[in-house]
Amino acid sequence: MRCKTCPGKAVIETRRHNAAFCKDCYLVHVERQVVRTIDGDTMLTPDDRVLVAVSGGKDSLTLWEVLRRLGYRTTGFHIVLGISHYSPEARRTVEAYASIHRLPLIVTDVKEEYDFSIPELAEYTRRVPCSACGLSKRYLMNRTAREAGFTVLATGHNLDDGAATLLGNLLHWQTEQLGRMAPALEATHPKLVKTVKPLIRLTERETLAYAMLRGIAYHDDECPNAVGATSLFYKDILNQLELASPGAKQSFYFGFLKKARPAFSAAHSESLELRECEVCGQVTTTETCAFCRMMDLARRTAAARNS
Amino acid sequence: MKVIIRRPRREVEMSGSRRVRDLLQELQINPESVLVVRGSELLTPDEVVKDEETVEVVPAISGGAADEV
Repeated sequence: MRCKTCPGKAVIETRRHNAAFCKDCYLVHVERQVVRTIDGDTMLTPDDRVLVAVSGGKDSLTLWEVLRRLGYRTTGFHIVLGISHYSPEARRTVEAYASIHRLPLIVTDVKEEYDFSIPELAEYTRRVPCSACGLSKRYLMNRTAREAGFTVLATGHNLDDGAATLLGNLLHWQTEQLGRMAPALEATHPKLVKTVKPLIRLTERETLAYAMLRGIAYHDDECPNAVGATSLFYKDILNQLELASPGAKQSFYFGFLKKARPAFSAAHSESLELRECEVCGQVTTTETCAFCRMMDLARRTAAARNS
Repeated sequence: MKVIIRRPRREVEMSGSRRVRDLLQELQINPESVLVVRGSELLTPDEVVKDEETVEVVPAISGGAADEV
């Protein structure tokens, strides 16, 4: 198989583009896709201070690598989740990447800061681990970005993540979430930070190929808590569609953004009243934010068990 | 040939040469969710893997909490 743009031998085929690329042309192709995404949604400017959420996996390190190569002012943000053998290795991977490229890195250990690891939070609050983890990440990412003076928070979500989240939100008619789905979300409150997803045009397979071809030493273990996760099931279904109909994920996700999201967004534009959490001061729609409610329940459950 | 599949890790022995696309089809693995590598070389679906070679099927899909950190 030959490269679409030069006479070289292809190393990857992307059926949704009806194309194949050699190593060099593929790396250029991916970086152009990210530039197109950033420019198309006005995600970043050269003046921005960008906090990049990095788990150590292929997507987040690919994001950091591309933003670094494009010359943006980035700082990594890694959350230590306290998940058995998985978290220490993830932290080592991120610290090694930051050290090699001399990039600043902020590390927050959930257990050190809040007394509970993610598995403990899940157990004490009877949440599934991915729910406790997602809530904690969203809270800590915004709080850290705002308090440290960053203008934008960038995450490594890819097209598979976007399409799987869309499928889940549609199956359960989560209309508020559907209205908020976007690759770039402007800050709608002084205590919220703009969030962007510069990899949203790339499939997970494409970011994996980029990470491998660039020689990025990423952490390739799957989180033990993700086994059987609904998101994996949705991604599998979507990849079956993609196999039968190349471009299906792209059409599904970007078609939604263009043709349906505005209606969901408009329907909920007046119903969301933002306020500050009475405990921590972070932005919420209720008196106490979901993170503080989760922490309160965990503390009460732990105290009851120890008494 | 030897095929190493990750998550969960297992090894499959197959006799004879095959194209990557046929190998994945026989193993019932969706090519949209993996990359096939020989050493450090990524393989396109038309590449032939010879009987004495070892290839690895690397999963691209990860899941879990909705926010990547």
